[in-house]
Amino acid sequence: MLNKTLHISTSPHLTKGITTVDIMKNVVYALLPVAGYAVYAFGWDALFLLATTTLSAVITEHYLCMWSGKPTTVGDWSAVITGLLLGMTLPPAFPLWMAFLGGVIAIGLGKYVFGGLGNNSFNPALVGRAVLQAAFPVAITTWSAAFVSDRFFGVSSSLLAQPFMKPTYDAVSGATPLSAFKFDGVLTGSYELAFGMVGGSTGETSAIVILAGGLYLASRNMLNWRIPVSILSTVYLFSAIFHLINPETYPTASFMMFSGGLMLGAVFMATDMVASPLTPTGVVIYGVLIGLLIVIIRIWGGLPEGVMYAILLANAVSPHIDKITQNRVYGTTKQRQTA
Amino acid sequence: MSQLVKDPKEKSFFTTLAESPSTNEFIKGIWKDNPVFVQVLGMCPVLAVTNTAENALAMGFATTFVLVMSNILVSLLRNVIPKEVRIASYILIIATFVTITDYAIQAISVDLHKSLGAFISLIVVNCLILSRAEAFASKNTFIPSVLDALGMGLGFVLALFSLGALRELLGNGSLFGMSIFSDNFQEWIVMILPAGGFFTLALWLLLFNILKERRSHGK
Repeated sequence: MLNKTLHISTSPHLTKGITTVDIMKNVVYALLPVAGYAVYAFGWDALFLLATTTLSAVITEHYLCMWSGKPTTVGDWSAVITGLLLGMTLPPAFPLWMAFLGGVIAIGLGKYVFGGLGNNSFNPALVGRAVLQAAFPVAITTWSAAFVSDRFFGVSSSLLAQPFMKPTYDAVSGATPLSAFKFDGVLTGSYELAFGMVGGSTGETSAIVILAGGLYLASRNMLNWRIPVSILSTVYLFSAIFHLINPETYPTASFMMFSGGLMLGAVFMATDMVASPLTPTGVVIYGVLIGLLIVIIRIWGGLPEGVMYAILLANAVSPHIDKITQNRVYGTTKQRQTA
Repeated sequence: MSQLVKDPKEKSFFTTLAESPSTNEFIKGIWKDNPVFVQVLGMCPVLAVTNTAENALAMGFATTFVLVMSNILVSLLRNVIPKEVRIASYILIIATFVTITDYAIQAISVDLHKSLGAFISLIVVNCLILSRAEAFASKNTFIPSVLDALGMGLGFVLALFSLGALRELLGNGSLFGMSIFSDNFQEWIVMILPAGGFFTLALWLLLFNILKERRSHGK
């Protein structure tokens, strides 16, 4: 009876009127230009790949909800984001059946096992990619070049590999700027990097478009700007120091900033609202940690790129960061806090 | 469904067998108290040596042998071993049979011995064996102890095989070293890596829990 007149709940009691769905929709709007540029750069391959991962994420979410007897949560758009982000981290000519599997793993293992949106301790898209990287190391490191002249005439044969079968590649694969530098010592120019004129994952190639999406979200307060800023400045600072020490072996800071998945990871993946810390200090620690790990993996690691592992590792420690950066409750002293 | 309902007084041979306590000692290890899927014991070999079906079976049978022999000896000596030093005595008994197994496997196949590596010696500290000695054989007579060990051992073999077969099938496209799919099959490398062990174990646990839940709901 009482419930009809009085609604009893915990704080906060005043809200801004922005729901999860609004935020998720805006993230999708910010991702659409990145997806559009990816299709422009890689042709139909990118379109089919992004469509497959998005569909597979949405279908998996829907069926897992149905299976566990809960109302479907597809309407909150978060599965669409996971699918889009997963597709953007994969090479453009990645076999579609593997991409579909990645979407299932991202939602099933990365999100639903933990209890759905709001409970995932890792970024679901990166969980999907990490499993794909461990399962199919060859396919996920076979890159195709951007702006190939016949990219809008048909699709790569590797894309249409039969389920459970090895893909066949029809073109000699191009290297990414990072692997070209790491294994061949070739440095790609900044102009090519900024406008995505290079090989690489579907959505990571154009830094400018990604930054524009990030600015849009940050201006609407739907993205914690401290995370990308602290990641990017850490990477800039540390790679600049290494470049000053020895310009022969270490690339310039701007090369490190604009190559690989750094922009996409810093703007859209590390900022995952569930898997990142909550306190303002904690968020900066988290960003610095990701930046440091990226530089360490790129410079000393066996892999050319380390954004995915850096973000996953930082996701794992983010609850601990939250715990050590809790604000002191107003009116209490330090002694009483620790006691 | 009506054919299945029988006169409750009339008992077939199988019903009598199924209801006898010694059958229960045997069956419980395979299904109800499966050492891996229900008790989640002995995870070290379960995750480490199940990358092929052959390794999994060898490991399972080696563990079963040690389990049966140590259960026999522990149940026979249960009144002789002082309570204060029982764990040390059990470990000594288990270690004796592990050493026998180690040499036996080396004599049968050096390759197998190499691929199982240190995990044969590590059977000594498999908590499944010690737990059966402590929880069952030290309190029961010879026959139930043997049945218990056989049941638990078979349950362990079954679990290891279901992990090993799935991992080899997906990770290598083969079963017992024989190619199953066409040459063009794309191996899921992750399945034969340690991470694949965890994924596969989780999948089987999920399946087991679904089946168990269905059963308890049906009753």
